[in-house]
Amino acid sequence: MSSRDLILGRVRRALADVPRDGTPPVPEQSGRDLRYEQAVDRSYLREHGARSLAETVDLLAENLADYRAVVHRATEEELPYVVMRLLAERGPQYVLVPPGLPPEWMSAADPTRVHDRAVSTPGELDKVTSVVTGCALAIAETGTIVLDGGPDQGRRRITLIPDHHICVVRVPGQVVASVPQAMERLDPTRPLTWISGPSATSDIELDRVEGVHGPRTLEVVLVGEV
Amino acid sequence: MSGTFVGMPAFPKAAHEAVNNPTLRGNLRHATHTIRTKRAKAVAEVSDWAELREAGKRIKDHTLRHLDGYLVRLEESVTAAGGVVHWAADAEEANRIVTELVRATGEREVVKVKSMATQEIGLNEALEAAGIHAYETDLAELIVQLGKDRPSHILVPAIHRNRGEIRDIFVREMGAWGRAAPEGLTDSPAELAEAARLHLREKFLRAKVGISGANFMVAETGTLVVVESEGNGRMCLTLPETLISVVGIEKIVPTWRDLEVFLQTLPRSSTAERMNPYTSMWTGTTDGDGPRAFHLVLLDNGRTDTLADEVGRQALRCIRCSACLNVCPVYERAGGHAYGSVYPGPIGAILSPQLRGTASEIDASLPYASSLCGACYEVCPVAIDIPEVLVHLRERIAQGGRATRDGNTVVLKPAKGHAAERAAMRAARWAFSHPGALGAGQRLASRTRRFHPRTLPGPGRAWSGTRDLPTVPAEPFREWWQRTRGGKDTTK
Ligand code: SF4
Repeated sequence: MSSRDLILGRVRRALADVPRDGTPPVPEQSGRDLRYEQAVDRSYLREHGARSLAETVDLLAENLADYRAVVHRATEEELPYVVMRLLAERGPQYVLVPPGLPPEWMSAADPTRVHDRAVSTPGELDKVTSVVTGCALAIAETGTIVLDGGPDQGRRRITLIPDHHICVVRVPGQVVASVPQAMERLDPTRPLTWISGPSATSDIELDRVEGVHGPRTLEVVLVGEV
Repeated sequence: MSGTFVGMPAFPKAAHEAVNNPTLRGNLRHATHTIRTKRAKAVAEVSDWAELREAGKRIKDHTLRHLDGYLVRLEESVTAAGGVVHWAADAEEANRIVTELVRATGEREVVKVKSMATQEIGLNEALEAAGIHAYETDLAELIVQLGKDRPSHILVPAIHRNRGEIRDIFVREMGAWGRAAPEGLTDSPAELAEAARLHLREKFLRAKVGISGANFMVAETGTLVVVESEGNGRMCLTLPETLISVVGIEKIVPTWRDLEVFLQTLPRSSTAERMNPYTSMWTGTTDGDGPRAFHLVLLDNGRTDTLADEVGRQALRCIRCSACLNVCPVYERAGGHAYGSVYPGPIGAILSPQLRGTASEIDASLPYASSLCGACYEVCPVAIDIPEVLVHLRERIAQGGRATRDGNTVVLKPAKGHAAERAAMRAARWAFSHPGALGAGQRLASRTRRFHPRTLPGPGRAWSGTRDLPTVPAEPFREWWQRTRGGKDTTK
């Protein structure tokens, strides 16, 4: 007998006391299984508190900063200059940009570009000092940005190896209030990276240290107006 | 270092040693109290905590009641997304599968994300025996690995070490494993973290095989989820060419949407944050991004035996947040090592004897490593009634009864006159000789009524064995509980 059959058999015997009403309520991607909907009471909130759009964006900025991300705000016109300034502040740069980053974001800056090619090794990317990306969405209540590998975000490794990550969030379009609202908008077939502040650890006597393996500095630019 | 803690003394003996180690006790007390206070604040921020907790409980219960269906569904989804699913009935089989998968890549080293499932099966040791080096990449796990030590806490495994000890371990051991510690390394946490960053970076950048566990697996979509802080998880999950994830079969949730519940409750319960710094989610393989090969090893190793126990199966709801450790007066004094398992604290006291059976002295004594005060139940984000399961397991140890081992029904003999009972009695006396015992109040009285006086020594006898008392921290449990209501106090 295969281990698969062995384990499934053990599970079925273990559940002998559980009434079985026909097929298990396995949800399908198309449409929901009603019995599952009834088994789980979802009376928890879709959003904590009532806020205007502007207040939700403010909360995002506050929570990002609370977890030590550096937050900037800019209009569409100001954005290229903000990006230029943030890159210049870190001195001579090797900057990585994903293939689909809107070109105007980088129109004022003139760093040495590095491209993430299929053949480039992680070691080559280790030379990069900063990376500039967009995002899929941002969650105000938790201060989280979510990347889904879209053309303006690139592969997962490019936001991981460089020490400095500049992430542009369009407000209000890319901002959701809560985790439940985020789940509705995300596509599980894409690889997703949720980022809440820079890399951190509290492993040594619970003293928080920023930056162990991921970027030590996360700068979030909220671009647009509400 | 042994992942399975073979040959551990029973809980009371191990705990006795810990109680007499003031450094350890000081570290633990500081850690558990700090995390506990922060957690209460993080939980108070969400007004619907009770509803989230209830939803989490129901999602997990429902999943367990239909686990066969969801396992099959998960296998289909992962396969459709480009992954390969393997089934492992026990630790040995899981280790064999992983070893063969690594061998097939031709590699002799792997990088690992912190994972309790792989510790539970002793994977590092099995790989080492096959000539494959496994590098732990979580900072705390690195400290534990370099120190040839064992983890003592679910969330902060090296909490028993202070900064001076960590510095000494780094200076002494790093060179033998790869990049040596920098000259003149001090014991500042920032410098120690930097030393770990440099040491591990060379491993991440050349690694071809990564090994992980997972916090959740979504049956509907085949998505796996890893929650972490440092970025070592992201490194191991995305840079290697091959990714192997070893995950207990109980970690399934049915739908994508279910994650919205646990992504709210897990970070707040565990690190007391609104959200942990990094969460990675992947569904099979993605062209041009991340590993080209993904293997999922579904692990039983006693989980189906646990599922067969109608009272004890709720332990499989556990999402390993560690909140119960941080409120437990017994854990605070005894430390994680005393539990002789990768699962310490209250959850370990019910999970280990169910996963492994109660044949060994340590496993037979674990259900007694508690004052039954109920604080663990209060904080648990999936509402596992740990005291109920403890009492149930004590009854089984003392009175015998039916249990399931390796899928077969066995009838356990009453422990009377056996080593197990003696161990249990000693453990009970130990637990009751500590301040938690007599202050535990109503819950204790109602919980233990069923088996008084047969299996527990009376309070008088317990008090007579209190030779440890002078070295126990000053605040009695009863006072602590009244002051904080199990950590709900946010005034500190
Ligand atoms: S038993 Fe509950 S509180 Fe303890 S680790 Fe598991 S989920 Fe967390």
